[in-house]
Amino acid sequence: MAAAATRMSVRDVLGEALAGLVRRPGRAVLTGLGTVLGVGGFVVVLGLTATLSARIDGRFSMLTATEVTVEDVAAQRDPYAPPAFPADAERRIRVLAGVEHAGVHWQVRPSPPVGSDPVGSDPVGSDPVGSDPAAAGPAVVAASPEAVLAMVPRLQQGRLYDDFAERTRQRVVVLGGGAAARLGVTTLSTRPAVRIGGEMFAVAGILGDVARQPENLLAALVPRATAAELWGPPGAGAARMLISTETGAARQVAALAPVALRPDRPEFLRAVPPADPRRLRAGVGADLGVLFLLLAGVCLLVGAAGIANTTLVAVLERAPEIGLRRAVGARGRHIAAQFLAESALLGGLGGLLGMSLGVLAVTGVAVARGWTPVLSPAVLAVAPVVGLVTGLLAGAYPAHRAARVEPAAALRR
Amino acid sequence: MNRWRRGPAPAAATGPDPGPFVMEFRGVGFTYPGPPPVTALGACELTVRRGEFLTVVGPSGSGKSTFLNLAGLLDVPTRGRYLLDGIDTGGLRERERAALRGRRIGFVFQSFHLLPHRSALENVGLALLYTGVPPAERRDRARAALERVGLGHRLHAPPGQLSGGERQRVAVARALVGRPSLLLCDEPTGNLDSASAAAVLSLLDGLHRAGMTVVVITHDPEVAARGGRTVTIRDGRLYERARPA
Repeated sequence: MAAAATRMSVRDVLGEALAGLVRRPGRAVLTGLGTVLGVGGFVVVLGLTATLSARIDGRFSMLTATEVTVEDVAAQRDPYAPPAFPADAERRIRVLAGVEHAGVHWQVRPSPPVGSDPVGSDPVGSDPVGSDPAAAGPAVVAASPEAVLAMVPRLQQGRLYDDFAERTRQRVVVLGGGAAARLGVTTLSTRPAVRIGGEMFAVAGILGDVARQPENLLAALVPRATAAELWGPPGAGAARMLISTETGAARQVAALAPVALRPDRPEFLRAVPPADPRRLRAGVGADLGVLFLLLAGVCLLVGAAGIANTTLVAVLERAPEIGLRRAVGARGRHIAAQFLAESALLGGLGGLLGMSLGVLAVTGVAVARGWTPVLSPAVLAVAPVVGLVTGLLAGAYPAHRAARVEPAAALRR
Repeated sequence: MNRWRRGPAPAAATGPDPGPFVMEFRGVGFTYPGPPPVTALGACELTVRRGEFLTVVGPSGSGKSTFLNLAGLLDVPTRGRYLLDGIDTGGLRERERAALRGRRIGFVFQSFHLLPHRSALENVGLALLYTGVPPAERRDRARAALERVGLGHRLHAPPGQLSGGERQRVAVARALVGRPSLLLCDEPTGNLDSASAAAVLSLLDGLHRAGMTVVVITHDPEVAARGGRTVTIRDGRLYERARPA
């Protein structure tokens, strides 16, 4: 052995790389900009996706995770079976824990349909039974007071009808906002009435909005008992029960509802529970995530190309320095290690900065929109590493070139 | 490995006796492969004794650079044997050549080759970076070397704030700090005004008097005259003439 081989400690490699970066901060910032943008984009995209998914999920869960619908499938089991819901269905279902509001409702087809003709005009309707109610006028829905409450109504004017109206089969109607507009009912101060199937109904209230079953905004809601008395029981399979439950109780309620309602023939009823929120969240996340991750990947690729290009230029420009280092005993691998460390450090720092900017951006957007920012800690942990790896990969070829610079030729420059 | 913290001292070498010669060219030549092949340096015979001050003079294109590259182990001769400190450098692997370069040869270049954004102290310490000297000792030895060349007051100045003469003295300090067997200078005054050139030359004189083996390559006859011995390169051939007394 001619002389002990030259070597370079990891500390020295990092020290030289860091010195190379901090002594030219302007260049370092420009070189790292690609990674900053790439990793920043990565964090922003993942953060906003997570924030939006959480928001969409939240909306879904608020509305649907506490909603159960029970359908009348008696006609499918037995063509001669009467309607499956018992008269005291609401009393029976309230036995179940977690039920907030529950009520039966069905669409009725009165003849003649709804009109707002003043009292005294010709009461004879001409529309045959079964004609398209939308074409003829607003739909008429028989709904118990509890069913209306389960829709989470917001009143625009007046009030809802109550159990007393139901029990005494009063002729009252609550109009959806759309239906009221169609019928020309704008105020309750004149005590308006509408004609449904030839009967006059006093308008008790007008709905501004309903959270569930928004189609009812275009309908006229009448007490269930009143409808049954005037137009008979619901047709086969027409009746449904809408149940609003406490958070987390929906699946349990759905499982027990048919037995609670019809212990003798639970198979005549089918309860539809809300979709599993966990599956829902995964679905939403995956749909948005794949596309945006692809975009972030492209950002990162551009960043890597930037680092590779600038580092390669730096290698050519710093050939005399490489020559000098070789003259004082550096081996090719020492040179390669230094350049690799420089680009990795640059990538790592760029990743860190990009992550910080990304977090700021996500938080800023969320705050501006009044959303809750959601960012997985895993994304924050991985982002600088992604930058580091990007820098390493981008620096590989320039480092290889640097290691092969001929010292004699480089020193002559 | 750790025993080798420093190169051998110029006169009294540690370890096995390296012999009286620092450099021995035994029929060394270098031919660029071409095509067509170009012989930059013919078969040269040259020995440099420990403590000698040799100047190599010649016009540009004569083969001076090739001589420097071969002597400095930056290139491998295509013929002949080159012994440095008695070690035959033929057949050495690149890592061994790098080690020899780092530990036994100190380079001084015409264009200084200082790292522009690093202080004088860091530039000098760079020569010890690859030899396994710990950082604290690197700094101490770099400071001592800068004081030796009269720059003890400019330790933290970057090259941009130094005059040409000062820069070359930093480069000399960098060449000295590893305690090499051979100081190899390539046109050390080529970029300097005459006053700075004189200062650098007297610095080299002083080092030679202290026992350092110095080889200066130059095209300037005035610089060449400073050496105790001068060889001339012309058209890839070495000529040695006894200096008139």
